[in-house]
Amino acid sequence: MELLVLLSKGIGQTLSITFGALLLGSVLAVPLAAMRRSELPAVSTSAKILIEGIRGVPPIVWLLLIYFALGETDLKLTTFQASVIGLGIVSTAYIAEIYRAGLDAIPGGQFEAADALGMPFGAKFFKVITPQAAAVVIPPLATFAIGLLKDSALASVIGAQDITFRAFQEAQANLNGLTVFMWAALLYILLSIPIAALARYTGSRLARKVTA
Amino acid sequence: MIDSIMTMVPEFLPGLGISLLVTIASLILGLPLGILLALGSLFASTPLKFVCIGLVELGRGVPGLIMLYLVYFGLPQLGIVMDALPAAMISLALMTGAYTAEIFVAGFRAVPQGQWEACGTLALSYWKSLRLVILPQAIKIVVPPLIGWSIMLFQATSLAYAISVPELMSGAYNYASVTFEYALAFTLAGSMYLAVTLLGFWLFRGVSNRRSMSKAKAPRPTFA
Repeated sequence: MELLVLLSKGIGQTLSITFGALLLGSVLAVPLAAMRRSELPAVSTSAKILIEGIRGVPPIVWLLLIYFALGETDLKLTTFQASVIGLGIVSTAYIAEIYRAGLDAIPGGQFEAADALGMPFGAKFFKVITPQAAAVVIPPLATFAIGLLKDSALASVIGAQDITFRAFQEAQANLNGLTVFMWAALLYILLSIPIAALARYTGSRLARKVTA
Repeated sequence: MIDSIMTMVPEFLPGLGISLLVTIASLILGLPLGILLALGSLFASTPLKFVCIGLVELGRGVPGLIMLYLVYFGLPQLGIVMDALPAAMISLALMTGAYTAEIFVAGFRAVPQGQWEACGTLALSYWKSLRLVILPQAIKIVVPPLIGWSIMLFQATSLAYAISVPELMSGAYNYASVTFEYALAFTLAGSMYLAVTLLGFWLFRGVSNRRSMSKAKAPRPTFA
């Protein structure tokens, strides 16, 4: 059981990295998705290239790139910062595609109606676009969040003190790799359950609101 | 910088080869596992069905890195010691089994129920219906997601860096730690992954168009 306590010390980092990357990605993905849906081929194509480029490179490469390559410059990043930024970049690309699907699901007339009513952009975004896109966006976003939780384990490779890092150290020290990593696996699975439940709950609630 | 890149590319190619090797080996080992788990989830008696579904959920819920560490560092506790390369192949094969089982189950379920009913009206036996009607359609449905998974698997081989498999990322890191050209080395390695990934997607679109059911021509009504 002391093993579990030892590993639990890493939960904070794991969740913070996941949440941080998710936050970074969800915010940066908004302009990227908008660019992707632009009518100007130059804009939408460059957004497409950016998204495909980011997705075509494995997350671990992004982490190593951000941590070591930026570390060469004067910008010395902590493992936490590098993990959040690296995973945040990956998230931005994937979430932008999710947002695009969500925006595509809104009937075009909604945008026109909002403009016809003279709604300022803020009102249009929060009162018209977001509620309708949310039902389409939340389930894939939740699936992605769970995937991100698992990818956060990569942060251990650059030294972030998350669950995997602690498990690794323990296994190296006491050669009890089997038990340690099985507890770590269980911990990750347990952490993913609330996310899945939250997603199902918010998804159904938002869907009910919109179809009313 | 150009000459740095020119020296790096041939150094990295063996690593890329290993990454591709691991991908193919994991597919060869993992796809049969996936089929078995899918068959178990669909057709087995209830206790076995739950075991199969449980294994699939476990395989999908565990981070790839943990699975890798489990096989490489954990199995020795049970007396099974292996090198990093086989460990990477086995753990990625297990992941492949879990993820593809899901794909197979979904693909099988996606064959319209009407097909089974039609087989019934033609008095085809269970096995004949499966073999002649259902499975060919299921295979058509399943190929695109499997290709998508193969591409993701190729990207996942980068995890093997963590247990020092001499694949692309390790090669890049070792090279960069000598010359300190981290940014260039990792960017080049990343571009190699990107190149193979894009190649994979390009082939994927080719296969999709040929076998896609949505592109199948609608049957023309005949006025006999």
